[in-house]
Amino acid sequence: MISSSASDSGVPVVEIEKGSSLGKDAWYRLQKNKLAMFSFWFFIAITLICFVVPLIPGIPNPNKTYPDLKSMDAFQSAVSKDGEKVFYLLGSDYLGRDIFSRILSGGRVSLGVGFLATFVSLTIGVLYGAVAGFIGGRLDTIMMRIVDVLYALPFMILVIILVTIFQNSLWLLFVCIGAVEWLTMSRIVRGQVLSLKNQEFVEAARSLGLSNWRIIIRHLIPNTVGPVIVYTTLTVPAVMRLEAILSFLGLGVQPPHASWGSLIKEGADRMVSDQALLIYPSIVFAATLFALNFLGDGLRDALDPKTSKD
Amino acid sequence: MEGLKYIGSRILQSFFALFCIITITFFLVRLAPGSPLSDEKAIPPHLLAQMNEKYGLDKSIPVQYVRYLGLLSRGDLGPSFANKGFTVKEVIAQSWPVSAIIGFLGLGIALVIGIPVGVFAASKRNTNTDYFLMGVAMLGICLPTFVIGPLLGLLFGLKLDWFDVAGWENSTAWLLASLTLGLYYAAYIARLTRGSMLDVLSQDYIRTARAKGVGPLKILFKHAFRGGITPVVAYLGPALAGLIGGSFVVEQIFGLPGLGQHFIKAAVNRDLLLINGTVTVFAILIIAMNFIVDLVQAWLDPRRKLTTS
Repeated sequence: MISSSASDSGVPVVEIEKGSSLGKDAWYRLQKNKLAMFSFWFFIAITLICFVVPLIPGIPNPNKTYPDLKSMDAFQSAVSKDGEKVFYLLGSDYLGRDIFSRILSGGRVSLGVGFLATFVSLTIGVLYGAVAGFIGGRLDTIMMRIVDVLYALPFMILVIILVTIFQNSLWLLFVCIGAVEWLTMSRIVRGQVLSLKNQEFVEAARSLGLSNWRIIIRHLIPNTVGPVIVYTTLTVPAVMRLEAILSFLGLGVQPPHASWGSLIKEGADRMVSDQALLIYPSIVFAATLFALNFLGDGLRDALDPKTSKD
Repeated sequence: MEGLKYIGSRILQSFFALFCIITITFFLVRLAPGSPLSDEKAIPPHLLAQMNEKYGLDKSIPVQYVRYLGLLSRGDLGPSFANKGFTVKEVIAQSWPVSAIIGFLGLGIALVIGIPVGVFAASKRNTNTDYFLMGVAMLGICLPTFVIGPLLGLLFGLKLDWFDVAGWENSTAWLLASLTLGLYYAAYIARLTRGSMLDVLSQDYIRTARAKGVGPLKILFKHAFRGGITPVVAYLGPALAGLIGGSFVVEQIFGLPGLGQHFIKAAVNRDLLLINGTVTVFAILIIAMNFIVDLVQAWLDPRRKLTTS
């Protein structure tokens, strides 16, 4: 199946031996999906740019205001009244701050929230689902009932309450968002574990005298990695959206710090006078979400060839 | 009989979920230190004493909780501390029509656009039309509400001057607000409908119908539609919960005085009873919607077992 579909698309693929691993197969399939690969590299590039470019000397400080250099156009260099030379790649905002470096610094917060909150939700969801599925019986019923009840909760509302109570701490924002995004992950992992736990390798592990905990951590969870990777890729954009909504409502990142959500909010408030403030961050944010969603779809096709796209 | 039993147990479940939500929010908002009244200098001492008397705000949290449930069961949601002179009930009564209109109109727009687009794309499977429509839908999913909203405002409000961009009284901003709210769900529903229609269209009974010579349109609407629409109906529950979250953003963008605005303000000002009140309203809405969705699903797909689990 793999070699035939490879020759269809005309991409030269190394002939795959029978013993190739699931991961390798998936990587080959992913590489044939051009859109997913493009999204993958795009996402890596955006992340690197956000984190590395600000280290280059000469990139303006994102929070420094230049009262005499307000609303500059793109690709302009100017000298402030303190004699400082500033180059505006995408122009400056209503306080004379560099839009480009503000987008980068906003990206660090947005991506940071995306990664960290996803990590929190991944940890909770995988452990919860694996324990429920492996132990089974009454505990499983109770644990999944709790998930059902939590599913019915209006999460946005819960997050808003948590965030306002705990006074806009950025770190808490990560944890709060992560703590409400784990439900689907736990269901996926539980389903996987249920189908794995009666297989011989678990039997073997048990007969070797391994504890339940060790079986779950060392033997079951590594085997659920495919669906977990797919869902993780889709959780990152979901979390970034949630963070952006909170920042848009003024409940997330507080000024002078920025995230893509708060930048879009600033732009929306001033869209009549200066549309660049709305349009640049919107494009970057939407493109990143695009890339992550396409990558998630591509990974799903690659890791689980049974459920093809249509 | 089976059906009645199912409905009964679902109603019980719904009330339990509602109770959980009210309880969780009650204790959650009181986790933070300080009484909601302690920093309100403007309240005269005799009024304060009166309020403490009635709502037990100087008592321990469990006592407050029992009192709150008692008052709630009689339909008393208490006073709003931030909106002086208003009770929570009055604030909600004033603002819910705004949210209800944009919410349900948004949902309506989502269904009216999403389902036909999805069915059409499925019938044109893997053609350029299909790719184009699904590409646009992906765009709709990836562009967040708070990007679409201001852009629509910029285009239809400021450039074309078809709609007002803000306000509620004598303003058409609510139309733009509903559109903003609906577009994301329209995109999602289109993708969902396409996927499940393709699922249904590949089944044996459709092939049988085709072999018997049933026309393509009749197959699409008479045979496949009912099965293909089931996931969309199932999605309506979560969609409504999402719409409520989306309405917070949309009300902010278009300056509409809806429930969402009051909820956010209440959360920021720590107006505890107003938080509890609005959350209760949202929870009732979501739970009722999930209940209706369950019933409609059972009606659409009789094979679905009416079990409580």
